[in-house]
Amino acid sequence: MSLEKIQNISYGKNVIELKNISLSFGGVQALTDVSFEVKRGEVFAIIGPNGAGKSSMLNVINGFYKPTSGKINFAGQERSQMEPEFAAKSGIARTFQNIALFKGMSTLDNLMTGRLLKQKQNLFMQALYYGPAEKEESFHREQVEKVIDFLDLQMIRRTPVGSLPYGLQKRVELGRALAMEPEILLLDEPMAGMNVEEKQDMSRFVLTANHELKTTIVLIEHDMSVVMDISDRIVVLDYGKKIGSGKPQEIRNDKAVIDAYLGITDE
Amino acid sequence: MSVELLNFIETVLNGLMSGIMYSLVALGFVLIFKASGVFNFAQGVFALFAALTLVGFQTGQVPFSHLINELFGTKFHHWYPEIHSFLAIFLTILTMIVLAWIIERLVLKHLVNQEPIILFMATIGLAFVLEGVGDLMWGSDVKVLDVGIPSGGSVWLENATIGLASEGSEYYGMYIDVLNVWATVIAVFLVTALAIFSQYTKTGRALRAVADDHQAALSVGISLRTIWVFVWAMSGFIAMVAGIMWGTESGVQFSLSLIALKALPVLILGGFTSIPGAIIGGLLIGVGEKLAEIYIGGLLDIGAIENWFAYFMALVFLLFRPQGLFGDKIIERV
Amino acid sequence: MIYKETGQYKSTYQSDHAIFPLMQDKVAFAILMIIAFFVVPFVVDSYWEKAILVPFLIYSMAAIGLNILTGYCGQVSLGTGGFMAVGAFSTYKLMTSFPDLNIMLIVIISGFLTALVGILFGLPSLRIKGFYLAVATLASQFFLVWLFNKVPWFYNYSDTGQITVSERTMFGIPVTGAEAPSYATYLFCLTLVVVFGFAAKNMIRSKIGRSWMAIRDMDIAAEIIGVPPLKTKLSAFAISSFYIGIAGSLYFAVYLGALEVTESFDIMAISFPVLFMIIIGGLGSMLGSFLGAAFIVLLPILLKNFMVDLVGLSAVTAKHFEITIWGLLMVIFLIVEPHGLARLWSIAKEKLRRWPFPY
Repeated sequence: MSLEKIQNISYGKNVIELKNISLSFGGVQALTDVSFEVKRGEVFAIIGPNGAGKSSMLNVINGFYKPTSGKINFAGQERSQMEPEFAAKSGIARTFQNIALFKGMSTLDNLMTGRLLKQKQNLFMQALYYGPAEKEESFHREQVEKVIDFLDLQMIRRTPVGSLPYGLQKRVELGRALAMEPEILLLDEPMAGMNVEEKQDMSRFVLTANHELKTTIVLIEHDMSVVMDISDRIVVLDYGKKIGSGKPQEIRNDKAVIDAYLGITDE
Repeated sequence: MSVELLNFIETVLNGLMSGIMYSLVALGFVLIFKASGVFNFAQGVFALFAALTLVGFQTGQVPFSHLINELFGTKFHHWYPEIHSFLAIFLTILTMIVLAWIIERLVLKHLVNQEPIILFMATIGLAFVLEGVGDLMWGSDVKVLDVGIPSGGSVWLENATIGLASEGSEYYGMYIDVLNVWATVIAVFLVTALAIFSQYTKTGRALRAVADDHQAALSVGISLRTIWVFVWAMSGFIAMVAGIMWGTESGVQFSLSLIALKALPVLILGGFTSIPGAIIGGLLIGVGEKLAEIYIGGLLDIGAIENWFAYFMALVFLLFRPQGLFGDKIIERV
Repeated sequence: MIYKETGQYKSTYQSDHAIFPLMQDKVAFAILMIIAFFVVPFVVDSYWEKAILVPFLIYSMAAIGLNILTGYCGQVSLGTGGFMAVGAFSTYKLMTSFPDLNIMLIVIISGFLTALVGILFGLPSLRIKGFYLAVATLASQFFLVWLFNKVPWFYNYSDTGQITVSERTMFGIPVTGAEAPSYATYLFCLTLVVVFGFAAKNMIRSKIGRSWMAIRDMDIAAEIIGVPPLKTKLSAFAISSFYIGIAGSLYFAVYLGALEVTESFDIMAISFPVLFMIIIGGLGSMLGSFLGAAFIVLLPILLKNFMVDLVGLSAVTAKHFEITIWGLLMVIFLIVEPHGLARLWSIAKEKLRRWPFPY
């Protein structure tokens, strides 16, 4: 990664700011007073041991969980919670730790669902499937084909995703998120359960998306070597609390982080 | 006490007792759903089939006699005179066990790992098969079922309550069918036995393990298939009890199988997996239905709202408490 | 090699997502349409019309409707009978209130009215899922049938509770009532099924269809990519009910002519059979809706012919056999091919592609 880019990003504007977020379910405190901000165009990683509240954090960002307290500053407005539909409309896409694809649909259809919010034809025109409706379908198909080319999914275009191997499913899921042309892409353990080669492929896709499509990336990952390699900044969570943040080098040397987490996992 | 209050008490009592019948059918559903994840739509037809078989054995009917007679021009009807009802019940229980075994062998075994909706549809198919076979075996005429359970209004209760009304009012005592009292006693006995069984025996423990987690149960060496045959047989037994009660009251005929539809609101109210839910849900629906019939049905002057009122009750309840009576709060995860 | 696709290249996305991308399919479908529209009307007699063709078309319509809701959107419904009754009674009330209204219009308005009722009964689907919802749809079945049975306004206070159709014409030819010629009722139903069949197929391959399937396959993920769950589910309920309402309208006006609600729209008479159609035909398949409907219309006729006429059983016993065989077939079908006749058809096509070579 070039130095120029890093500088660029450190001066980048904040796309989303989370202030003092707390979240609890019944008696369980999942997040306590967590604050951080994500800058436009960076690869931002959230790390921490299992149960640290990383996925909950992503769920708060895209509105699936409503924080008990705290503020989210997004799109020039301070709000106390997000709505999933609003998040999707404002360009936040995500993938899931346990693959959440539409298993009965083909790869192509799964990617096409990423375009749903951009399709504007009304029900009557859809039923007619003629003229503008037809053109719209073809246009979005073209966009989706670009994603298919980018992720090398041509061979499985018509295959129902339920029958695909795990690594490919993860890739299709990334494709669906990319098809939304997101501004912010939330990736929940995109490389879990993959072998080294698949991890390299995935890292390449993530970085290319970041460089070429200018997508801001928020990433949860357990593989420290991957995290240290591809991310610009990192926040560390432990038991729902933020225990450190900064550039990869800083995290590597942070005493609190090493005690809580790094010292044990880093290979 | 005022007559209104006495009438109200009578309605509630009758509601509780008809509720017990719903609970009984719902219990059969819950057992199977817990152990095998199957929403067994055939539960009602189980009751019909059991009742038909019971009458058949009791009166010594030749199975398939109609069919044989039509095909070969013979005139079979009965091969022995009436036998004692205990023997007939015993034979029926055996039949239900064999039936459970056949169902496991021929249907469930081949449908493991299918979508729940497919399994559900298969049980609808099963319901049709059992209905058809039941009719072919024993004929579709309305049959009288009498295993010696007393029925009719309780004279004792009528006499005991007639004096409770305030002086001078016209009150003739409460009416409660003795059959319902018996049904309640038997149901309470059954449920207690079931609770003790599942709490204190090895098979009971295995049953609870399977209900909790199929794969974990398999991994500690519990045979799923044995458990399945067992719960289906048990549900068959419960269906038989329900069939006897209902059959005694209104004769054994196709409409008996529709009690399943009556028990379904109980399931959404109490939850598909909760035994206490089935019991309390049944009671609530029984009482609610009877009260509605008298106080709302009378108001509307249309009547016969019991067909859908139970569903309505269950739905309204679910809107406020989606997890059902005894469910934990649902936290959706991704 | 009869069914080969080599050499058929597509250069536009438009041709790639056509309904029948292959030449063979296009030709076969065109021939089918020509026969259906220009040959059958001249040869159809009253038996074929009443026993096979019209019921087949009407059930196809209902099956398409239920398939949209259950097969594509994943919301199991046992309330089809109730919704068909809404279509039938809407038609009756419209017919008697507006004697000059065109019958085609009446049928379509009935569809819209049923869609409204469908939206109403679809509301619980936001909070209730799976089997709980299936049971909840039974509420609509029982409530609607009860309503049409107990509120005399719906059957214009007739003593029997029956509703009876009056004669209506299209282009001067009666399509409802006892005088309607076979070809007219058949063409009337056929036109509606073809037009709305295409509309359904188009919706399914458009945005709305993908939204339905997304909700069916994983509602949480669908919500997060921006599919609004309530709106999408309600649209499925509405459109599904629209089709089922039209089916109910035709069932009353064109097919039966006179009916009584508890008998004709009972859960056993409609809800379950239509559910079988889409299961046997294929959940989430347009072709499956038609195959399932054909199967369910033809099977009883074949069984009856076989058992009553050939074996010589009495009608009652034959009926019992029919029920048993029904159930057996369902179970066998689900075990052997849970994806239904439509899947068998695509397997057969796959075989034809290579025939006569084994691979």
